[in-house]
Amino acid sequence: MSTDPNSNGQLPVGAPAGPAPAHATPPPPRSLPGSGETRRHVLVAVVLNKPGVLNRVSSLMRARNFNIDSLAVSHTDRDDVSRMTITLHGDDVAVEQAAKQLYRLIDVLKVQDVTSEPTIEHELALVKIRATESNRDEILRFVELSRGRVVDMVEGSVIAEVTGTEGEIDTFVSLVRTYGIKELVRTGAVVMARGAGSIEEAVKK
Amino acid sequence: MTTRTDASTPPSPTAPAKPGRRSHVPGDGTANAAAVERARKEMLHEGRDLKRTRIGADVLCEALLRQGVDVFFSYPGGVILPLYDVLGDYPELRHVLVRHEQGGAHAADGYARVTGRVGVCMGTSGPGATNLVTGIGTALLDSVPMVAITGNVPSALIGKDAFQEIDINGITLPMTKHNYLVRDANDLPRVVAEAFHIAKTGRPGPVHIDITKDALQQETHVGHPTDAEVIAGLPGFRPNLEGHGRQLKLATTEIAAAKRPVILAGHGVLHAEAWDALKAFAEKTSIPVAWTLLGIGVMDETHPLAYGYMGMHGWKHVNRAIQSADLLIAVGMRFDDRVTGNVRTYAPYARIIHADIDPAEIGKNVAVEVPIVGDARRVLEALTRMVPETPMDARKDYLDQLAEWRRESESSSWHGSGAWRDGLLSADYVVARIGELTDHAATYVADVGQNQMWLARYAGFRQPNSHVSSGGLGTMGFSVPAAMGAALGRPDRETWAITGDGGFQMTFQELMTLVQDRIPVKIALFDNKKLGMIRQWQEIIYAGNYHSAHLLGPDYLKLAEAFGIPATKASTPAEVDEAIRFAQGVDGPALVWFEIAEEQNVFPMMPAGKGLSDLIEHWGGADE
Repeated sequence: MSTDPNSNGQLPVGAPAGPAPAHATPPPPRSLPGSGETRRHVLVAVVLNKPGVLNRVSSLMRARNFNIDSLAVSHTDRDDVSRMTITLHGDDVAVEQAAKQLYRLIDVLKVQDVTSEPTIEHELALVKIRATESNRDEILRFVELSRGRVVDMVEGSVIAEVTGTEGEIDTFVSLVRTYGIKELVRTGAVVMARGAGSIEEAVKK
Repeated sequence: MTTRTDASTPPSPTAPAKPGRRSHVPGDGTANAAAVERARKEMLHEGRDLKRTRIGADVLCEALLRQGVDVFFSYPGGVILPLYDVLGDYPELRHVLVRHEQGGAHAADGYARVTGRVGVCMGTSGPGATNLVTGIGTALLDSVPMVAITGNVPSALIGKDAFQEIDINGITLPMTKHNYLVRDANDLPRVVAEAFHIAKTGRPGPVHIDITKDALQQETHVGHPTDAEVIAGLPGFRPNLEGHGRQLKLATTEIAAAKRPVILAGHGVLHAEAWDALKAFAEKTSIPVAWTLLGIGVMDETHPLAYGYMGMHGWKHVNRAIQSADLLIAVGMRFDDRVTGNVRTYAPYARIIHADIDPAEIGKNVAVEVPIVGDARRVLEALTRMVPETPMDARKDYLDQLAEWRRESESSSWHGSGAWRDGLLSADYVVARIGELTDHAATYVADVGQNQMWLARYAGFRQPNSHVSSGGLGTMGFSVPAAMGAALGRPDRETWAITGDGGFQMTFQELMTLVQDRIPVKIALFDNKKLGMIRQWQEIIYAGNYHSAHLLGPDYLKLAEAFGIPATKASTPAEVDEAIRFAQGVDGPALVWFEIAEEQNVFPMMPAGKGLSDLIEHWGGADE
């Protein structure tokens, strides 16, 4: 007996078993959902503020093989409703699938992919930078130029607070890396769509 | 959500008193005469304290009764004992004492699948809860409405690694539709009502409720919520039932233009009780109907438009029709990999209409041209109204071609004489005889593996919800306990558990439950002394490397006798009918031991990763 079921000639290969339709050329292979070009997506989820809801969301993303880049959670103006901003990479179909799966959770009220919408996106970072007598002024000036501010300063280090898009913070971090970064913490992006529409009002219906 | 607080429901005063309740009296000499008098009264069911405090455990029983639960499957343990302490006051709630919690979960599953109602199982904390997990997972993957309830340690001990404490809430979180941890009896009416609503509404699924022991014991006067209050309390749960008008119109256009359409019907059609709607739609359009494993029963197999079971071990003619179709109308199914094989070569000429109640299923496994989110019955009824009528004559060439394929396919790999090679008993024949001798009117509960595929192919199904099978999770050991629940759910039908010797040896402890609770399940044990499907894969895909495929089994006649179950054995085709009739003649559970050919394979077979056109139909030079 052969080790490869293909090699013994018993498996029909090639054309489908059915008669070919009128056009002679074989059809192109069916596309696989999720195999398209990946890009960064931003999802906003409005959820009930209940114990375990963060666990439900993160467990689902893990189990369904979606890779979260960042996740920011806080409550909204309503105590019983929280809002999550999730950034992840994937093709449009895969991220749509992620959004639909999130929407299946009983505690999730609304999910929206705001990637293609005009939005305000901000993230906050605290960076503890190694500073010496000789370069401290330079660091302070640089933080100021980056529209950040220094929130702590002791001998040997300064803590800079910067806000901006993910890209702006990436740039800042890579530039101060030359001085030496002792600690770095980022909140992850929070996003709000521009204009008068409201995702939170939409869920109240 | 608001709950009524004025409607404390006392335990039913007509319920008989529980013997022994509060019969223990501290032995202080002066009260002795009174104690003796009280004990005498209790023995005679007199003077029962009707004003007993209403506790969380009472609320649970009341809530189950309000949901129409008439039976549940459970096993006691330390922290769920407060429930057992009050169960005697609720004689309308039938408690089936299973032998293992997994059996309880499968029984609740089987009950739910044949009745369409929510199945209920329970267990204690720790091992009781983890034993339920396989059954809950089985229900999740097959979208079966189930409420699983566990006790947990007192809330003060949670997180302290107390005796029999496990984070069961964390364990069931990714494998339920929703789950709850209840620490306060005042939450119980709302939680139980929500759990049943979620389990049965939209796409059904299992819901787990974990209740701490102190909540079960806590006094409470909270009333039960109305349906409207339940819905209002779940703002994130609003399943869409009606298909979108524009999508339905697009579907109608596709259907009218199609030359080689096939309907793919799945479990969702059964969940939505849409079998009549499916028939009406198929008859109006003269489109043949194929079904998934869990869709078996959506259509009477003798109907002229009923075409058959699709997929990995489905009928070749059905897979051929799908591979040459120009339109697939998929309803209440999810393009599982056992249905599609390699997606890239799946139905290469077909455009796809996909109707499902769960929007996440649409576009998940295959890209579709027309997505419709909605309940299968409503979508099919709407489409039937909208599509133009097409008589069968108008599809004559197509239907003739399909009929020809079918004749060819049905005759291959079929052993009408009952004998496989060397006169050994052929399993397909046995399954077909069970179908015939039960007039195709029984409930047939499959285990997992070859027996499951033989049943699906050869029993001949006529009625909806007459076929029960663990499709998604493929849980071996499913059939005997699931049949237990199915038999209680549909006592008007004969219930047959079809199992292999592998699956049977996983859960046969429930034989004793069948005896103790007098549940008349007929067990057809297909004994090939092998893990048959494992052996088949090893023969065909792993070059005959039969590691661990051989399986010793006990003398099943003696085993059945030890349990007090009448049993017989059939080893030749001539003995089959008599053995089946023997089991049918037994008043109660019975077992038939079919010694089948040891090396028979199920054909055709689509190897994993291959396409629907790549079916293996025979092996080793013999047409099997």
